[in-house]
Order: sequence, then structure tokens, then C-alpha cells
Amino acid sequence: MKEFKKVISDPVGLHARPAGLLVKQAAAFKSKVTISGNGKSADGKKLIMLMGLGIRKGMEVICRIEGEDEEAASEVLQKFFEENL
Amino acid sequence: MKKYIGKSVVKGIAVGRIYWYKKQNYEAVKTEVLDTEAERERFESAVETAKKQLTVLYEDALDRLGEEHAMIFEIHKMMLEDEDYLDAVKNVINEGLNGEYAVSVAEEQFAEMFASMDDEYMKARAADIRDISKRVINILAGIGEDGIHTDEPVIVVAEDLTPSETVKMDKEKILAFVTVKGSSNSHTAILARSMNLPSLVNTKMELKEEMNGKVAVVDGFNGEFIVEPEEDILQEMISRKNQWIADLKGLEQLKGKENVTSDGRKINLYANIGSVNDVDAALEADAGGIGLFRSEFLYLGRNDYPSEEEQFESYKTVLEKMNGKKVIIRTLDIGADKKVDYFKLEPEENPAMGYRAIRICLDRPEIFITQLRAIYRASAYGTAAIMFPMIVSVNEIIRIKEIVGQVKEKLLAEGFRMGEVELGIMVETPAAAVISDELAKEVDFFSIGTNDLTQYTLAVDRQNQKLESTCDTHHPAVLRLIEMTVANGHKEGIWVGICGELAADTELTHTFLDMGVDELSVSAANVLKVRKAIRDI
Repeated sequence: MKEFKKVISDPVGLHARPAGLLVKQAAAFKSKVTISGNGKSADGKKLIMLMGLGIRKGMEVICRIEGEDEEAASEVLQKFFEENL
Repeated sequence: MKKYIGKSVVKGIAVGRIYWYKKQNYEAVKTEVLDTEAERERFESAVETAKKQLTVLYEDALDRLGEEHAMIFEIHKMMLEDEDYLDAVKNVINEGLNGEYAVSVAEEQFAEMFASMDDEYMKARAADIRDISKRVINILAGIGEDGIHTDEPVIVVAEDLTPSETVKMDKEKILAFVTVKGSSNSHTAILARSMNLPSLVNTKMELKEEMNGKVAVVDGFNGEFIVEPEEDILQEMISRKNQWIADLKGLEQLKGKENVTSDGRKINLYANIGSVNDVDAALEADAGGIGLFRSEFLYLGRNDYPSEEEQFESYKTVLEKMNGKKVIIRTLDIGADKKVDYFKLEPEENPAMGYRAIRICLDRPEIFITQLRAIYRASAYGTAAIMFPMIVSVNEIIRIKEIVGQVKEKLLAEGFRMGEVELGIMVETPAAAVISDELAKEVDFFSIGTNDLTQYTLAVDRQNQKLESTCDTHHPAVLRLIEMTVANGHKEGIWVGICGELAADTELTHTFLDMGVDELSVSAANVLKVRKAIRDI
């Protein structure tokens, strides 16, 4: 399993646009992607629940990736978080 | 005549007839189905149709409004691909119930989830769930898409508008939007802003059939919706509207122009901002820089101190967006009057003259150092300047400079890149103005905060409405202190700006230029107005 953390710096938090892009990125991999933050967890491939986490600016999220292509997925997603959130 | 109050999301004035945009309120009726397999397929095919409609909407919005506004339809499409949502619908169908009803159950469940969140942005997402659900239900029930059908441009009045309804409306046919529900964060508000149509949301009124076709006025400056205005009011609003449009056209032409008087005197014209979100408006208004970046937003509305990293990201974003233009960040200006519980400030009799701003920072240097570190780290990404509020003595500046020196030294040792950062002070106490000759020797610039300077000089509490007539912002005592501060600054070769409300007072623009003020910083909405005043001199 791979894991990384990121403090959200986007002023609106994990809002619709980046959440949508994140789901697209996560869906490209076979690994299970779990996003945790704000005391809850959600499947990184499911948009509505992901938005439902209510992740705001300044909160720390933990991204866990588990599966056969976790190495590659972790690299892509980590880059995505750094650049977009 | 009837007047209703709403929350203005787009300024401007519109006069025209009301068009009540009534939704074809199809109530999904619960019926039983025998063949659940066939019902599931019917639902799946409706979802496919909905996704096709959304692709068309996306492309249409992309052409007309750009990627940023079109994105919402892409999101809607993804919501319709969300397994949790689809499963919620299918579960109800599997119980032997019809698709329309099943969608409405899922709609309630997910809309409720967003509506109960304690975040305004996320609350507004309930509207997205309702929008996609309504789309699928209408397809299932064979109801066509709504639109507005009118020959003349109208004021669109509705209970609420979904993003797809807003985007589908022909902009040429709309003068303004007035909705009973909605928030300033809703996509409708965002779209209305991008179309630049005067708009009110959260308007307290009951929609009635007889409103349809009546003449009305939308006043986006005062948040008023006036139905059947009396003749004199109507005429007044029409002339205000014409004036607004003429001013707008005149001011637009000043974008890209210099802030120069007819006799060739130039002045810098910057914008005041209160958060990262305000930068776009400042750029749009063609401000030459940020003359006052209030850093309080980082501290308000939360339960703990903002981290260095978080502050760094905010400053960096603003500096990068301003692309090399100067950004003057004012350090923490908080006192007992602001609700920041985690600061644990004792209640005070007189917070305006109490434990606040630089006094807190020098007393609790750990808060100050975190902010300074964040600013200096961000300074590598643009042209940053720092100013310190509520200064009354030279000694304070000497102590600030000691702390700044230590912060810079430590950052350097840690290997951080930093830019050149000008250090200035707010001149907002009479004390600072009176000893400005001495203070000028210690700093790179002065920024005069006229709001506090007026209040302290005249001993008038700005919040006390009874004292409004006593609070003469053009009082000669205030103007003399400003003049003195500018002259003392120039004697030491430093520049002097004004960042209080007075900077936008065009009756004084000429006076300030004559005093030799080097910079005026005003709200984004006033930049072009002040530029006009300068160019008219």
C-alpha cells in the first residue's frame, strides 16, 4: 500500500472541479484509492461522496492507494494533489 | 408599488417586464412496476440521454462562456456516472418501484447530504444533485426542456434556477435575474456574474401569478426589487440606469490607460484586497498593484492559528497572480472586537484603543514570526512589501526590524529563496503622523490608513451612528496630518500612499495630488472611478 498526505491550499477546498479531475485520474488505475480527511473517508473514484467529505482549505487529507498498479497511481495522484489542491 | 429586498450578487440596474420562470413541476409519483429488469434498463437509457444533453450543454457553454463555466456540466455528467448515486436509484427500482420515483428518492438522499454540510460552497452543491435528478426524471416522464419564451428582453424571476436553466437562457432576452432562493456561491450567481447581468438572490418575496408581465426595477446596487414602481421612482431609476451604463462605458475605456493628470503628474493606483479571491477583480479593474492585502482572513472563521505553510500558499498565490506587480501585505490587524476565540483575548472596554494589531504581534512574537516567515518565503514569487499596523513609536519599528532580521537570517540558513521586500508602516494613529519625520528614517514607505486616523484624531467612534455628522472625513485636522506625513516622508526620500476609504473619495483626489501623495489604494470597484478623477485634473 502507498500513502501520502497533503494540506489543502486551494481556497475553496476539494470543490467540484478538482474533485471531478481527481476521480478521472483515479479511475484510470486498477488500484483502490481512498481519500480521508475531515474525519471521514471516501472512495477516490466516486465523485459525490468525495465532495461529501467537505474538505476545506487548511485541512490535511490522506490518500491511500492499494493494488497492482499502486506505484504508478501514487506518483500520478501525488503530482495531481501538489499541482491542483 | 411593492419593494422586496434581496442579496445582490451582480451590481447594476435593470428596468423591464417580469417573466416568471416557472418550473414544470413534475412530481414523481410512486407506482409499482412488475418487470424491475425492464425498469432498470429504462432508467439506464434515460441516464445515457441525460449525459448526451449535458455534452451538448457543455460544448455550448464552452463556446459562449469559456471552460471555467462549462466545467459544471462535465461535473454533472460525472455525477451521473457515480456508482453510489446510480446504486441508490437501482436499489429503489429493485424493490419494484418506478424509475421516476426511484430517482427522486436518491435525489433527496444526496441533496440532503450536501445541504446539511456546514460549508456554504458545499451547501450550494445540493442544487447540482437536484439539477441532474430533475433532468433524468423529465426524460423518464417525457417532459421537454424548459426555456424562456419572450420577444422582448425581460427580468427573469424564479423560485430558484439551476445552472443548466441559467445557461440555456438566451442572454439577449434577459435584463436581470431575481430568485427567491440561491446563494452568492451558487453557479447561477457565478454565471450571472460572468454574463454581467444585475442579479439578486435570496429575495424575500412570495411569487404570484399576477406578477407576470408587470413592470419592475432591479437595483443591484441596493439589493432592491421594485414591482410596479410609481412614476417618479421609475423615472429616477431609468436615469440612474442610463447614468450607470454611460459611466460603465466611459470607465471601461480607461483600462490600460495611465493614472496621469492633464499637466503630466502621475500617481500609482492600487487595489485593496481581503482575500485571495479578490485578486481577479483587482486585475480585471486594471489595478497597478495591491496596496493593502488584509491578512486577517487567514485568521478569522477558524479554530486554530493558520500554519506557516497555509499562509505561504495564500501569499504565494496572490504574488504569482499579480505577476511581478507590487503586493503590500499588512500583518495581522486583529483585536478584541473580532471573534477569534483561539487568540484568547480578554474582553475590553475599548478595543479600538486596546490590545490589538502590532501590539499583539510584539507581545506574542511566535504568531508574528510565523506570518513573517510565510511572507518572506512567498517573496520569491513576486514583488512583496510588508506594512505594520497601529504604529505609535520608533521603538516599535526597531523591535519589528530585529525580529524581521532574525526571521530572514534563519530562512537563509534553511536555504529558502527570498525577494527584496520593502518594509513600511501604516500611519493611522495621530502619534505616528506627528512623529512621521522620525519614523520616515526607519522605513521604506508610509501608507496612511484614513479610517482609523480620522477616528482617533476626531475622537469619534466610527460605529456610532449618532456621531455620523461629527465624523467629518474632510476635517482640516485629518487633512493636515496627511499633508504633514507626506511631506515628512518625502524629506527622507520614501514614498507615501493612502489606503483608507478616503483614497477613493474623488472630491479629494486633487487635494491628494497637490500634497504629493505617491499612491492611492482603493477597492477594485473604485479603481477606474479614481483613475477618471485623476485624468480629469
